[in-house]
Amino acid sequence: MPEEIEYDPRPAPADTRPDHLEAIATTDAVRELPPEISGFGEGVVGEVVLDITGLSKSFGRVRANRDISFTVRRGEIVALLGENGAGKSTLVNQIFGLITPDAGTVSVQGDTTPISGPHDAIRRGIGMVHQHFQLVPVMTVAENMMLGHEPTRAGAMLDIESAREMVRTLAAKHRLAVDPDAEVEDLPVGTQQRVEILKALSRKVDLLILDEPTAVLTPQETDELLGVMKELAASGTSIVFITHKLREVLAVSDRVYVLRQGTVCGEVETKNTDARELATLMVGREVVLSIDKEEATPGETVLAIEDLHVKDDRDLPAVNGFSLEVRAGEIVGVAGVEGNGQRELVEALAGMRKVVSGSMRLGDLDLTKANPHQTHHAGVGHIPEDREKHGLVAAYSIADNLVLNEFDQPPYAKSGVRQFDAVREYAEKVRAEFDIRSSSVGQTAASLSGGNKQKVVVAREMSFTPKLLMAAQPTRGVDVGSIEFIHRRIVDARDAGAGVLLVSAELDEILSLADRVAVVHGGKVVAEMACVSADRTEIGRLMAGDH
Amino acid sequence: MTTSWLTKNRTNVVVGAVVLVAAYIFYYAQNDIAPSMYASAWGYAIPLVLAALVGVIGERSGVVNIGIEGQMLVAAFAGFFAAAYSGSLLVGVLAGIGSGLILGGFLAWTSVKWRMDQIIAGVVLNIVATGITSFYYTPGQVLPGLMPSFDVPVLSSIPLIGDVFFTGTSIFATLAILAAIGVHIALFHSRWGLRTRAVGEYPSAADTAGINVEWLRIVNVTLAGSLAGCAGVYLSMDASSSFERGMVAGRGFLALAIMIMGAWRPLRAFVMAIFFGFINAVASQLQQSGNIDLPPQLTGTLPFVVTIIVLAVAAGRVRAPAAVGQPYVKGDQ
Repeated sequence: MPEEIEYDPRPAPADTRPDHLEAIATTDAVRELPPEISGFGEGVVGEVVLDITGLSKSFGRVRANRDISFTVRRGEIVALLGENGAGKSTLVNQIFGLITPDAGTVSVQGDTTPISGPHDAIRRGIGMVHQHFQLVPVMTVAENMMLGHEPTRAGAMLDIESAREMVRTLAAKHRLAVDPDAEVEDLPVGTQQRVEILKALSRKVDLLILDEPTAVLTPQETDELLGVMKELAASGTSIVFITHKLREVLAVSDRVYVLRQGTVCGEVETKNTDARELATLMVGREVVLSIDKEEATPGETVLAIEDLHVKDDRDLPAVNGFSLEVRAGEIVGVAGVEGNGQRELVEALAGMRKVVSGSMRLGDLDLTKANPHQTHHAGVGHIPEDREKHGLVAAYSIADNLVLNEFDQPPYAKSGVRQFDAVREYAEKVRAEFDIRSSSVGQTAASLSGGNKQKVVVAREMSFTPKLLMAAQPTRGVDVGSIEFIHRRIVDARDAGAGVLLVSAELDEILSLADRVAVVHGGKVVAEMACVSADRTEIGRLMAGDH
Repeated sequence: MTTSWLTKNRTNVVVGAVVLVAAYIFYYAQNDIAPSMYASAWGYAIPLVLAALVGVIGERSGVVNIGIEGQMLVAAFAGFFAAAYSGSLLVGVLAGIGSGLILGGFLAWTSVKWRMDQIIAGVVLNIVATGITSFYYTPGQVLPGLMPSFDVPVLSSIPLIGDVFFTGTSIFATLAILAAIGVHIALFHSRWGLRTRAVGEYPSAADTAGINVEWLRIVNVTLAGSLAGCAGVYLSMDASSSFERGMVAGRGFLALAIMIMGAWRPLRAFVMAIFFGFINAVASQLQQSGNIDLPPQLTGTLPFVVTIIVLAVAAGRVRAPAAVGQPYVKGDQ
């Protein structure tokens, strides 16, 4: 068990435990069960139900899981905590047989034969609630629930009445009301989630895997779900619970495994930890890169955001009254646990997402009405969080990617005809300057490594000397050498007079790179401070929502 | 139960009743031409019903089959020549059905197992079918006899319906009726049907429920090929007693249009096929009666003009199975 190699697992002093988290953990909605009933919590644990050793999985060059080992005992709720892309879903998809591991064993109740597929996993008593609902939208609740184990008459004909009865019985048993005859596509997401859970429970389940089940739920629905989880655990079902929300981990789990970059980087008993420690485990990293930079000399305000409201993909408020100013020649870091509106904020600024209300001004330009093209030409450089999706055209050459914003402007085009010599000349210059390691600028972006892809994006967004540079997770999935280089360029951009908005899930990155830090929680800035005087513990506490 | 069914299907019931009454009135009012028009409409509809069912089964499982045309052509060819050379109608019928199965299996394997583009796989099938049947075609062959015809007891005594559907009918005509009803029941009331629809709508939901998506698709597309085989054999051995190059003449594609107009439902596709048969009968009637001075090439386009109109009206009102045309990759949710 690579337990706490990098981190000091000292139990947090009682006085730093955020009170409100305890309050949430003990609200009426989450039914507290005494240890003698729940069978855990007082050293009473069941036998090992799931034992994973040395699990590894790579997708091409990406090592999604590296030598992961963990165990789950009967009646235990184990949380897998980690950021997006830490490899949590890959891990559980291997347990459910959707992905075949490259190496390692999955032992279910002592049976170590490889799981051949979902059918096999179900047969061995594993149930899974998937992050993306696995429900057929045009079918009814009863039809979805019976799929794969249909009650039949005369050997082949559906017995829909028994299926309805099964739904009603299960719904009553777990107090999750659903109408068996409702079509799934007409149901709100919270109810669809109930159906998904009941579907998993409609089979004999010893181990229930919940992959980010609360991502689409309201707080009330979440509490309801946490209550159901506790009851299930009390009745002997083991649960693997994936999330990146600390509140839920603390409220419901017995043990937590923290995943980062595909490895288990910590295992803690929930009762011995707190939100701060978990946040540090999840977000931080030991490679502290000290960046040599001059004191900032902030000039006039470049970007002014006031009371901004933006919705996320599910139409729920994500950015919630966000206000911030960025001045020329300074780096402002936005620190926060992922999913607190950072992505939506950046997308709104880049003109990629509709603004509900509030204002964003870049000098005299109203950014709320600008599209990405106008935003770029107004002098905003944007290093997007998802470089594969929003940063690059994978099938295009490096050269074409480098002029993606400017390809129709002189000197890269004359009278609507592209000037390939000018593009190549420019690309060669930039390739040398930004140390993009490739055989030629004609090579496709898809063939580059993560670090070099990111350098292409960084080069494109910086070389036109932007007034405002937005860098969202600029060093995610990038090798250490490239990280250092990218950090250096961001500081150079600042010294050249750009205002820099740095959004990162890694606190170390923000503290070493930014001049000022704005801590976000729940879609708004909860605190602003200068980085030199900032205290990690204090920021961790604020990130966890304790303010 | 009955009343709720009536309210849910009110439009269908009303339209059906009106059409039925109109059909009876026309039958008795125009006693000279109506019976032959109806017979010709049903005769035209039989292969369309069978072929449309092939499309329905394929697309409900998530596989587009535009190779129905080729499957029918090869089956018509194989059936006719197998019967002619062996001197046995039964051998011909089995050869036709068998060739339909083989081509269904080819399409299933290339598009599901190898994840080849389903449209391209279908086009390949059509081109190969045209090439093979033209190349090996030898004129001057005759069938050893006519396909047997019979009256269905009891049902044949119903006025009009009995005359059209159950008097002097053939095995393929009866099969078309039984297959439409059978596929409807299987699709909506059996375990196979529930799984098939799940696989065509949301394959990863079926996969995570423990259903083998690829296998179900392969089996369905292959077995549906036997119905395409029947449709082809009907053309060369029952509707006519000869094989001609390119004799399917677009019926395979028309069947796909019928499938869409029938909203991927077997019984509605059955009704739509008869509607097309009737349009075709009207076209030939216009030609024969000489009332209207139009070249036959123009009246012959009537079913296809109607196809365009009806598809334009149907567009947006019917919804295809959501996963149609998409190969399923495991773990790719």
